[in-house]
Amino acid sequence: MATQAPPASTNTPTDAPDAIVVRFAGDSGDGMQLTGGQFTLSTALAGNDLATFPDFPAEIRAPQGTLFGVSAFQINFGSRAINTAGDAPDVLVAMNPAALKVNLAALKPGGLVIADTGEFTKRNLDKAKYDANPLEDDSLAPYDVLAFDISARTLEAVEPFGLGKKDGLRCKNMWTLGLALWMFDRPREPLHDWLNRKFAKAPDIAAANIAALDAGHAYGETAELSAPLKQVHLPPAPSEPGLYRTITGAEAVSLGLVAGAQLAELPMFFGGYPITPASAILHHLARLKEYGVTTFQAEDEIAAVCAAIGASYAGQLGVTSSSGPGIALKTEALGLGIMTELPLVVVNSQRGGPSTGLPTKTEQSDLYQAVYGRNGDAPMPVIAARSPADAFEVAIEACRLATQYMTPVMLLTDGYIANAAEPWKVPDPDSFEPFPAKFLEEPRGEELLPYKRDEKGSRPWIKPGTPGMMHRIGGIEKDANTGNISYDPANHQHMTDTRKNKIANIEVPDQEVAWGEQTGKLAVVGWGSTYGPIKQAVRRSQDKGCSVSHIHIRHIWPLPKNLGELLSGFDRVLVPEMNTGQLKTVLRDQLLVDAESLTKTSGQPFQIAELEEAICAYFDGVQGNEGGQVAANDQQLPSTVESE
Amino acid sequence: MNAPVKIETTLKDWETDQEVRWCPGCGDYAILKAVQRTLPQLGSDPANTVFISGIGCSSRFPYYIESYGFHTIHGRAPAVATGVKLANPDLDVWLVTGDGDGLSIGGNHMMHVLRRNVNMQIMLFNNEIYGLTKGQYSPTSREGTRTPTSPIGSVDHPANPCAFALGSGARFVARGIDVSKNLPDVLKAAHAHQGAAFVEIFQNCIVYNKDVFDAFAAPKGAEGQQLWLADGEPMLFDKGTKGLAFDAEKLAFTVVDVVDGDWQAAGVRVHDVKNRVMAHMLAELPFDPFPMPLGVLYDDPAPTYESAVIAEREASVSGKEANLAKLLSGGQTWTVDGSAQDPV
Ligand code: SF4
Repeated sequence: MATQAPPASTNTPTDAPDAIVVRFAGDSGDGMQLTGGQFTLSTALAGNDLATFPDFPAEIRAPQGTLFGVSAFQINFGSRAINTAGDAPDVLVAMNPAALKVNLAALKPGGLVIADTGEFTKRNLDKAKYDANPLEDDSLAPYDVLAFDISARTLEAVEPFGLGKKDGLRCKNMWTLGLALWMFDRPREPLHDWLNRKFAKAPDIAAANIAALDAGHAYGETAELSAPLKQVHLPPAPSEPGLYRTITGAEAVSLGLVAGAQLAELPMFFGGYPITPASAILHHLARLKEYGVTTFQAEDEIAAVCAAIGASYAGQLGVTSSSGPGIALKTEALGLGIMTELPLVVVNSQRGGPSTGLPTKTEQSDLYQAVYGRNGDAPMPVIAARSPADAFEVAIEACRLATQYMTPVMLLTDGYIANAAEPWKVPDPDSFEPFPAKFLEEPRGEELLPYKRDEKGSRPWIKPGTPGMMHRIGGIEKDANTGNISYDPANHQHMTDTRKNKIANIEVPDQEVAWGEQTGKLAVVGWGSTYGPIKQAVRRSQDKGCSVSHIHIRHIWPLPKNLGELLSGFDRVLVPEMNTGQLKTVLRDQLLVDAESLTKTSGQPFQIAELEEAICAYFDGVQGNEGGQVAANDQQLPSTVESE
Repeated sequence: MNAPVKIETTLKDWETDQEVRWCPGCGDYAILKAVQRTLPQLGSDPANTVFISGIGCSSRFPYYIESYGFHTIHGRAPAVATGVKLANPDLDVWLVTGDGDGLSIGGNHMMHVLRRNVNMQIMLFNNEIYGLTKGQYSPTSREGTRTPTSPIGSVDHPANPCAFALGSGARFVARGIDVSKNLPDVLKAAHAHQGAAFVEIFQNCIVYNKDVFDAFAAPKGAEGQQLWLADGEPMLFDKGTKGLAFDAEKLAFTVVDVVDGDWQAAGVRVHDVKNRVMAHMLAELPFDPFPMPLGVLYDDPAPTYESAVIAEREASVSGKEANLAKLLSGGQTWTVDGSAQDPV
């Protein structure tokens, strides 16, 4: 095991770093997401903890070489616990001038740039709006640079396979991956296996890609002597014993839904309509028919949710999924689900808004929509996943709430969680408590009363097809017992209160402190994908002596019953969110707590550093520093020219 | 799908205890009775029957039928019904909609339920008006219809429901009239058809669009204005004295006189419910000088959506086991042991 100096660091201590951030950036046609995904897998197999951040443009094939066509994949991995994709990369792989231009600002001072000179042509430099070749002037002086003709070397490597120039160049990403594998001392065999499987029908292509991969790896060995390139070995991160795999949020939601339906002992019906970044869930579930899953690609978002409601009415677990604009379209149907009190799971993979907004960028700005965004008094439970792996359990919880309380449930994830991957300790399915759904097959008393509730406030679930139980339901206000149409004023008052109380009284686990003491000066309260950066920032601030704790909320509506009391143990409450302060509003409204906002809506996750700065501001502020709004750092992970 | 068990019921068995709330004299009453008369003849089981509707006067229908019923939201009944049929294909689903619900706000869902061919009966009550919202012109209102939202007459071109259904790929298209004694037969044909069966029913909104179909629907002189189609029979009307012939030059129908019942000599065409081109021509036939074609315009079954979904599921499930533990540990995995300092 060779522990060596970190890459690209002549002016830092020579001991091995415990974590490294690498960003692969190239044209959206360069296969950077694939490269990143495979590098992630090899990282996981090496036992490092990791977090990733795929960042790609909304255009599928933006014009080649342009700034807005740059696609990037960042991975943070280490021999200690990793919670975020990392603030700033140590290594930037830039496959063309545009990728360099867009991503350079994020690179750590002294970081390493690996660039493909073959792509730094006059034409590409023009497209990237460079007046001069940055590899040739001193504009990269603050960094270590390893620039050579990756394109030419790739073509050399694949020459024996008779691919044309165009096809040959498509192996560039594998050449680069080979180099990265060498840098971090990773075995190539799993990649060979993967390529052979992927191109099983085209052995020549498989062989060419393998040759490119091997050539990149071999290049590392020879270049080491003369270049700023160093091989680094990070020992595995200590983690709980068990079986692990990597998982993205979209996969975790899909698997959690499958597990949840099994725990409810119901077949699942999933109605979806293509939308970024939610489609991946529909893709995953479409392949799981043997688990009792029916997927339905509907004509629109409305039909997707309505078909799911129809399936729930007929006795399956109806599920639908979308992102903000699609959820807006489903809203009227959610009201129908609330009125008819049928189970329904709604997954919102949030993205930047409003309107079409930023389809491929992450945001948490649909919390108001989830909690308040329907006509009439129409409450439904809202829960949020904090990380890709956490999404599995949260999806199970959504299925439990929907079937036990006969209600639609909103599960919030976001674009970051949906696409990002992290190691996941594979759970034992038997470790989850089953919650079998019950159908009413004969009247509870003399009369059939489809709206007569149980002790939880839930009405019975009666499947059409059940003999002697015929009844009618619909969106018109219903009588409290029979469910027949009722315009009676007292009945509407009663039903409005009943629907409100049913949701308000849902049993939610008590809120725990994620990190830190139970009381103190400052509570940092988060929800959703800000978990990683908040946790790290709170830890670092604690190390500096700040009395700060991290509280992360899964159940947003209704809130855990003890949350008010818990927060009252802190002098101040700071709520960092990727929106303009939505959870803050809910906390103030529900708990009368003086919560303050730290907001960011750049389409990029929070950096640890900016959170740390905001936290420390409370403690530095002896002279009346009120804390609060700290300007977000938009330089982090820029991926488009606009965000520069 | 299991073959439905026929059970014995009477019209009374299909009545609910709910007060019917349509305006007195509304054509909806006649349709309700026709349906309640038809269901016992079909041997339908109330417990296995589901009426699903959207919003509008017609969509109150499920409350008045003693079966399962779901009064959904405006225009979305086809989508809800699709979910119901995919979840339980054995249920016998009747969809009730109107011209506004089914062709305006829900036109998209109507198109897709028809093209997918989900097995259900779709009754579209066409009264050429928005009734429940107090009389605005609808997508089937004729040009010049005066309403509160078109005080000097509507200028929109009306949609033709049967032509829309055919254009959407429907495999069964029929027409009926609320008060017609033939309506149960049309509904029975729709029920016998496996797949989405589309039935346009001319329905008299006596409050906001009174007698708008009188030109052909009024009992007086009906023979001369109604062409009741029957598969394999000549297309005759006006007590057999007139018929539809095909003018090959013009690629169009013409009305011909039939002398002494010799329709062959007059060149009258025989109706063929499987002829899609003819169905299109009949659906588009302009009333006056032509009669109104009624009954089954088109009936040519194709595999249903849910049967295809089930077949695909069965094929992809066969030989695979649903082992959740295995699914969760899919892909590449690694094991961390107690000491956990080296990769596997
Ligand atoms: S408004 Fe017209 S369609 Fe509606 S119930 Fe009255 S008569 Fe019937």
